Amino acid sequence: MIYFQLFWEFFKTGLFAIGGGLATLPFLYEIQAKTGWYTINDISNLVAVSESTPGPMGINMATYTGFTTAGIPGGLIAVGGLVLPSIIIIILVSNILDKFKTNKYVQYAMYGLRAASVALITVACLRVAQLAFLHMDLFQETGLVKDLFNPVAIIFGVLLFIIYKKTDKHPIFYIIASAVIGIALAM
Amino acid sequence: MSKLKEFADLFITFAKIGGFTFGGGYAMLPILQREVVENKHWATEEELMDYYAIGQCTPGIIAVNTATFIGYRKDGIPGGVVATAGMVAPSIVIITIIAAFINSFSDNLIVQHALAGVRVCVCVLVLSAIMKLAKKSLIDAATYAIFGAVLLLSLFTGVSAFVWVILAGVAGIVIKRLTEYRKQSPQA
Repeated sequence: MIYFQLFWEFFKTGLFAIGGGLATLPFLYEIQAKTGWYTINDISNLVAVSESTPGPMGINMATYTGFTTAGIPGGLIAVGGLVLPSIIIIILVSNILDKFKTNKYVQYAMYGLRAASVALITVACLRVAQLAFLHMDLFQETGLVKDLFNPVAIIFGVLLFIIYKKTDKHPIFYIIASAVIGIALAM
Repeated sequence: MSKLKEFADLFITFAKIGGFTFGGGYAMLPILQREVVENKHWATEEELMDYYAIGQCTPGIIAVNTATFIGYRKDGIPGGVVATAGMVAPSIVIITIIAAFINSFSDNLIVQHALAGVRVCVCVLVLSAIMKLAKKSLIDAATYAIFGAVLLLSLFTGVSAFVWVILAGVAGIVIKRLTEYRKQSPQA
């Protein structure tokens, strides 16, 4: 029964992949080796598509795999399997947190956790910044410092930051506008 | 507001977040901040940070964990399910269309240029979201030290982030306990 198998494989992925979309990758390789539902080539294709479409990467990957394996129901079932462990675990954690919210030690731990959380978001931001503002591959090829930077992107980024601070519209507005500008400038 | 309307509101809000998040769970932060904290008041900035930290060290996808957290807190188990469904709905629709009809979507030059623009935008939006959060979360020398340590360790070691999150929680307890201890015995 392909649907049950899809659900079960993605349920396991959701249960054991800790730390975001890319953490699901090793599981996808494992599923591939075990079931042959898709090829290794499909996985790299899938990563490229996931990165160039909106939405959480893990969800994109589950939809893609489920759909290519068993059509629209396959996509829905794979996503269902992937998110079910999250829903159960978070509901449990939320209840535990409520019970111990006033506990001194939980508050102390949260004081440290929040600082770590800001750091991890900064790391993620730096990783995107590297892709957005630098040409790492070109620099490795030529070794010239002038090839490392992407001046158009840097100027655009600085201007956008100033405009965002001044105008403060909904973030979605800037995302759409930036896509249009990216196409117009052939960035 | 009727229950049904409330769920519709929850679904649409998270569908908006899922539909405009490019580049993983962290990239959704600016939209989440705007919609959930500023517009709807379903969570505070601090709570958002807690959800992120917990989402990082529990299994599953961070975006889904955060959606479940906010939905569940607001409307119980149905709320958690509806928020998650909203979060994943745009992905399912978009990816299914691409998988069914478009062979070389990510090789398309227009898609590439649009993405280059969006990446710059995501950096700018996330950076300003970080600046807002830092004001609330980095409040003294100890929190700055934890921030710096986690930043450097994540950048320069390959160790999984959830290890650093756990250690930061432990550090929070130890630091707070030590300051308490010092206050209790001023002669020491």
